[in-house]
Amino acid sequence: MRSLKKPSVIPGFGLSLGFAAFYASLIVFIPLAALFAKAFTLTWSQFWDTVLHPQALASYRLSLGAAFIGACINLVFGFIVAWVLVRYHFFGKKIVDALVDLPFALPTAVAGIALTTLYAPQGWIGQWLTPFDIRVAYTPLGVIVALTFIGLPFVVRTVQPVLEELEKEIEEAAASLGASRWHTFRRILLPALLPALLTGFALSFARAVGEYGSVVFISGNMPFKTEITPLLIVTKLEQYNYAGAAALAVVLLVFSFVLLLLINMLQHWNSKRAGG
Amino acid sequence: MLIKNLKKSLLVLALGVSAGAATLAHAEVKLLNVSYDPTRELYAEFNKAFSAHYQTTEKEKVTVSQSHGGSGKQARSVIDGLAADVVTLALAYDIDALHDEAKLIPEDWQSRLPNNSSPYTSTIVFVVRKGNPKNIKDWDDLVKPGIQVITPNPKTSGGARWNYLAAWAYAKKAYGSDDKAREFVSQLYKNVPVLDSGARGSTTTFAQRQLGDVFLSWENEAFLIEKEFGAGKFEVIVPSLSILAEPPVTVVDKNVEKNGTRKVAEAYLKFLYSKEGQEIAGKNFYRPRDPEVAAKFAKVFPEVKLVTIDEEFGGWRKAQTEHFSDGGVFDQIYKPGN
Repeated sequence: MRSLKKPSVIPGFGLSLGFAAFYASLIVFIPLAALFAKAFTLTWSQFWDTVLHPQALASYRLSLGAAFIGACINLVFGFIVAWVLVRYHFFGKKIVDALVDLPFALPTAVAGIALTTLYAPQGWIGQWLTPFDIRVAYTPLGVIVALTFIGLPFVVRTVQPVLEELEKEIEEAAASLGASRWHTFRRILLPALLPALLTGFALSFARAVGEYGSVVFISGNMPFKTEITPLLIVTKLEQYNYAGAAALAVVLLVFSFVLLLLINMLQHWNSKRAGG
Repeated sequence: MLIKNLKKSLLVLALGVSAGAATLAHAEVKLLNVSYDPTRELYAEFNKAFSAHYQTTEKEKVTVSQSHGGSGKQARSVIDGLAADVVTLALAYDIDALHDEAKLIPEDWQSRLPNNSSPYTSTIVFVVRKGNPKNIKDWDDLVKPGIQVITPNPKTSGGARWNYLAAWAYAKKAYGSDDKAREFVSQLYKNVPVLDSGARGSTTTFAQRQLGDVFLSWENEAFLIEKEFGAGKFEVIVPSLSILAEPPVTVVDKNVEKNGTRKVAEAYLKFLYSKEGQEIAGKNFYRPRDPEVAAKFAKVFPEVKLVTIDEEFGGWRKAQTEHFSDGGVFDQIYKPGN
């Protein structure tokens, strides 16, 4: 019987699969299962009352909306940053490259305080916006700024390696065959970059949905206006309402999961189309 | 045979470990005090004094570790298993939770020590900018149009609940009814541009971001602001009436029994009530309970009419459900259309 087993290129498949499954359950599945278990200690009506409360609905709108806008901004500007870092050589490039990772490394509370200092009405940037009646700190705009900040590295770091693999010669070939710049971008570059861009977008969005530390400082936390869902989760915890907090967390989790799933399906469809 | 041997060696090991633990316990006692944010300076000084005191009276060396954070978060850590020997939190509600959620302490914990188990007190005062440009004297000035009031979110900050209740108590006394008080407090929160999640966040908003005309603050924090950001930039205004904030303390029974630290934990809390402990509280801008020590600090702490949460609101549990729990008065104030 043994001889029938196909030898794999990499040995120890069984062992590594077992380990991967064990590790994933330990780190991801068990905590998530505990979260769901806690949420469903509530009765159905309690659960729906909690997650459909008007204040909760307002907070989803802000959390998901701001995370979406932030991810869109990152999609465009993250792509440009990645492009510049890959295609051009300039003085201080290494430093800019390292700076991109800063939002990863910085404690989120520090980021929040720094952004608030800049964008508060008396802040370095805020004072120049005040005359135009543009308020950033303590408004939904401030939430978008914070979520854009923390999400940037996700797009840059996923697009960059793919872009590095793309050879310049392909674009030159396209140009020599008479393609316009726009045409080259749309038909040659974009299809190759799309999976990476989508992944970066999804990561940036998912990270932003759950972000707490940096947002609470800049948002102002006004109920129904600038209250993000993670803050609402914390207020439930302050009342020792663990189940209520878990219920809201489940909603966020489901939203993020559906989005990630949609993007994966889009990727799949895209690669099939490109392959066919 | 193998199993028998294994059992034997395990037994020996266990004996060895417990013997080691026992000698260790004799050599040095460890105590963990889980506290809230603004008590850092107070307990840094107090722990040193207590160690010295215990060394001379009991001939034992004690090392006290501190943990600080938002009061509610700290209580949850203890509920979830942080082995605190004593807790010293911002309000009784958070210590009640140790009983309600995890039965770590008996229900009547607050009657075990004198003065509602609160060895020092504080109150809520106003901090305004230098020269008091908006001429803010009392609570009535906070509801005037065009005044910006800085106070944290009472849903997430224990200190902010004292602020809210102080305003309520004033309005009830001044205008005679709970309905009027509610109107007053709603009006006050209309003047609040930002609800920071914690007291230190509000301090930054007011002192560093220059936002707002008046900041509602713990008295001890108000003194710290003067110290940190330079005297002369801010002024402390004491309103005509405020609330007696009692940050209570207790031994965590389940944990001290497990750690074998009941004796030293009780001595620790008792020392808070001693002359020396009271002096340290006073020096760190908490109002001492001891009349003699309080008299020494009379110049620091202005006299102010104080109401208590028990007489005015029927205790923390009741106040919490009525005002701050989901669907309570605070939530209703912020309902759209109100």
